[in-house]
Amino acid sequence: MEHIRTTKVEQVKLLDRFSTSNKSLTGTLYLTATHLLFIDSHQKETWILHHHIALVEKLALTTSGCPLVIQCKNFRTVHFIVPRERDCHDIYNSLLQLSKQAKYEDLYAFSYNPKQNDSERLRGWQLVDLAEEYKRMGVPNSNWQLSDANRDYKICETYPRELYVPRIASKPIIVGSSKFRSKGRFPVLSYYHQNKEAAICRCSQPLSGFSARCLEDEHLLQAISKANPANRYMYVMDTRPRHRMQSWWATQKDIGRIILNAMANRAAGKGYENEDNYSNIRFQFVGIENIHVMRSSLQKLLEVNGTKGLSVSDFYSGLENAGWLRHIKAVMDAAIFLAKAIMVENASVLVHCSDGWDRTSQVCSLGSLLLDPYYRTIRGFMVLIEKDWISFGHKYSERCGHLDGDPKEVSPVFTQFLECVWHLTEQFPQAFEFNEAFLLQIHEHIHSCQFGNFIGNCQKEREELKLKEKTYSLWPFLLDDQEKYVNPLYSSTSQKPAVLEPNTVAFHFKFWRNMYHQFDRTLHPRQSVFNIIMNMNEQNKQLQKDVKDLES
Amino acid sequence: MEFSELIRTGQAQAELLRGPEMPPLRGTLCVTGHHLLLSPGPQATPDLWLLLLRSVDSIEKRVAGDAGTITLRCKDLRVLQLDIEGVEATLDIARSIEALSSLESVITSFPFFYRPKGLRLGEAWHFHPPERYYKRIARETRAWRLSEANEDFSLCPSYPRAVIVPRAVDDDALARSARFRQGGRFPVLSYYHAPRGTVLLRSSQPLTGRQKLRCAEDEELLRAVLAEARPGARGFIVDTRSAQAAKQARMTGGGTEAKAAYPGWKRLHRPLERGRPLQESFVRLMEACGDPEQSMDRWLSRLDGCRWLSHVKEALSTACLAAQGMEWEGACILVHGAEGTDSTLLVTSLAQLILDPLSRTMAGFQELIEREWIQHEAPIFLLFLDCVWQLGRQFPLSLEFGEGMLLALFDHSYASPFGTFLCNSEKERCLCEVRTRTHSLWSGLNQPKEQRKLRNPLYVPNPLAIWPSVEPQSLRLWQGLFLRWTHPPEPSEVAWEKVWQIATDQKTEGSQPTDSASEPQP
Repeated sequence: MEHIRTTKVEQVKLLDRFSTSNKSLTGTLYLTATHLLFIDSHQKETWILHHHIALVEKLALTTSGCPLVIQCKNFRTVHFIVPRERDCHDIYNSLLQLSKQAKYEDLYAFSYNPKQNDSERLRGWQLVDLAEEYKRMGVPNSNWQLSDANRDYKICETYPRELYVPRIASKPIIVGSSKFRSKGRFPVLSYYHQNKEAAICRCSQPLSGFSARCLEDEHLLQAISKANPANRYMYVMDTRPRHRMQSWWATQKDIGRIILNAMANRAAGKGYENEDNYSNIRFQFVGIENIHVMRSSLQKLLEVNGTKGLSVSDFYSGLENAGWLRHIKAVMDAAIFLAKAIMVENASVLVHCSDGWDRTSQVCSLGSLLLDPYYRTIRGFMVLIEKDWISFGHKYSERCGHLDGDPKEVSPVFTQFLECVWHLTEQFPQAFEFNEAFLLQIHEHIHSCQFGNFIGNCQKEREELKLKEKTYSLWPFLLDDQEKYVNPLYSSTSQKPAVLEPNTVAFHFKFWRNMYHQFDRTLHPRQSVFNIIMNMNEQNKQLQKDVKDLES
Repeated sequence: MEFSELIRTGQAQAELLRGPEMPPLRGTLCVTGHHLLLSPGPQATPDLWLLLLRSVDSIEKRVAGDAGTITLRCKDLRVLQLDIEGVEATLDIARSIEALSSLESVITSFPFFYRPKGLRLGEAWHFHPPERYYKRIARETRAWRLSEANEDFSLCPSYPRAVIVPRAVDDDALARSARFRQGGRFPVLSYYHAPRGTVLLRSSQPLTGRQKLRCAEDEELLRAVLAEARPGARGFIVDTRSAQAAKQARMTGGGTEAKAAYPGWKRLHRPLERGRPLQESFVRLMEACGDPEQSMDRWLSRLDGCRWLSHVKEALSTACLAAQGMEWEGACILVHGAEGTDSTLLVTSLAQLILDPLSRTMAGFQELIEREWIQHEAPIFLLFLDCVWQLGRQFPLSLEFGEGMLLALFDHSYASPFGTFLCNSEKERCLCEVRTRTHSLWSGLNQPKEQRKLRNPLYVPNPLAIWPSVEPQSLRLWQGLFLRWTHPPEPSEVAWEKVWQIATDQKTEGSQPTDSASEPQP
């Protein structure tokens, strides 16, 4: 490894960032090709994957040595003191290189070897089968069909090959609509509600400028609403905040006034559906902020909760200023709006934001989770992530900063989704088959690049990278460890209403300590309820089995 | 006095509004000496809704046309709205409730009339006096004795008849020390920490005044405490006021222990809010919790502004400080503020819960409350319950009682059919014969039918100290209490039932004893 100069440093101190007595552990720091490893004098090991490192800083030299602070994407922060500045400098430089790879092929997943043969690996990849999932939902059917329009990624590079569309939408309509939508992401099926015969569809924003229209797009929307026999009108949810769209609209108009109309028309090319052009649609803004606002919100949150000796007052005013919980509530409210439109009004809903891969993924997946108990099981949740996030082109590699790229593309969109799910598990402790550890583990791996699932930004790119041949899928490994992730209180039968109706009054939103402080053990409850209930459950099962064995 | 004189109208037709999710309840409203009843009438279900009048905190009335509305704000944080037919009836009912709910007299209160089936008067009281606690200590050390110097409450009206004091100090010295302390609350033992042989004491402030008076007996008492603990033992005086406030108290006759007069003792100031500011903090929190329409920003800013969780943090940190002094440094701790009756008790009782596994059992906790708390109907007792709830959340297996127990204590502390929380001192309780003429709350709570609500099914005795994290990220708003009437967390109740199921399966199948801790263990 050309980046590694020093592989081992002794007498390194690890500080506890929240300890008031400045407690520290002394041990040895090792640098490997994939990990930074610290072994303290009690032989306790702390492993830090290079890919998890978000930021590494070398602080000013102190009398006890050179401080090295590492912030990780899984919210671990470690503070080392390296006795000699030379060593610190070497490690610092190596980590700078190792934490930012230039090529996909250098990511951990391509070298990770869990000692499985090819057929085992392939079976792992087949664990989640989206064709099966659409079948489970009840499509294709008399109103919805599988379209081969994107079979070769010709219409939309960031969509999957298999797309479900209304049966009456012909190929020219699809092609026409795709040209009118940002990045070709035309309206397609995300979730089909069998009982209500209503659909959740998704797309990107129309390139409408302020006067353009597209007949094919209008036809496609009409086809979606016709595919729902129970309701003539459908909702179009623009997940962006209205004020931003309006101010954008206003600037477009100003430009229009200044420059020639034709130029303005060309320059524009973003927007939302003009209600006059579409029959039977109800337009709705839901107000989720963009990736940049979310990134800086999380940044502020981390600054607050990383403060040592934080007062209660600073904590709450910091939470307020960061706006993080406000954003979480906005995502949740949008999903509730979506679920209600389907449950109460029997209406189909088309969801979009700008490109339709961030906020749209949040709202579609969370809405489906509220509607369908299957997605609240361990397996179902994997399917949901594969469907609404991975297959529809949420740009994991850019959002998680897997490669050395544009820092402005990094944003905690998926983390917000997991946090919304966590809030639901708090409000409905019996509705989910999985527990918090499952969510944390998934979060760990969107950044770890240890498995192939989250590498790349869309399916086409993943196929080009030959991920299924060269890397492993995360899901079978999670299933193997299933007992760690089971919620002992889960009760699939006692869910009287299969649909979750969460309360989004401000009181119900809490700071997710176990996510943002998962490695700060001093801040945690010292005893785990889940562990003991799991043990009790296990023992109960064993005893029941013993009794049966004795009886037979 | 007859209650009937205060009741202007016994009955009226009324409708109780029960929030957005429930239909209003119609029926006949009746005011009795102690209760407000709503009977839906013979044709409806026998649904009878009932409220103890003493729990009414404030009442608002409005009339319009030929009907009126009464809004009752209860001490248990409930708000009830009643629409009543007839202007006269509304006003009369409101006046009756006002008169009956503000009765001061203890012996006309409901506990003196409450005679439930299955309970015998005088039960369960024997559990708790200091004598019982002294027996526990006497097994460990000879350094302390039970003094009956306060037999007739002449030393201190707010202390029990018997108190635990250093063996080396005689009753005359106690009497002198009592005269040197506000309200006569001289330093007495609150908790003996057997693993380190150290003690937790509590008192009120010394009356040093402007002249910086001293009291040889008081100094001797604290010297004896250190001498009995261990040669060369150190002590910390945790003053729950700021250094500034303690100094200012001298102007009004109070003060604090001078360093030179109490060798071996070191003073630490840890200001805790109490009284009016604490009450205001509580009211502001309740206002915030009553507004479901507010934005996230507004909610967080009100949660910050009311400062309630800051008080929780301060109380727990100070208790940790006292407990660490005993456990880690082997020091003796004396806690006092000014009167030594509110924040002092908060700190001493929390420190015991942190250190003493016995106080975390159902019986031990009841004993602790009996021993330590004299005032219950104040936000300081609520602050105590909140801190215990935080401990329980961080150590979900280590408390034998659950959230239900804390909620029950909160409710009964404000208005109760039981006599346990009546009166503000031992002396008053004796005068009113509370012990012989009312039922004890503990006998009510310790009935088998109540246990599932009150106990923690996950409890496993934990012999260690439980050190809570007091970082703001680790503290949480006690939703089960503060949002109980506005946003009850219903699904979690169902989940709680499931936890019980799993745990009881475990116990019966594993054939472990299920009734282990209804009696306090020595």
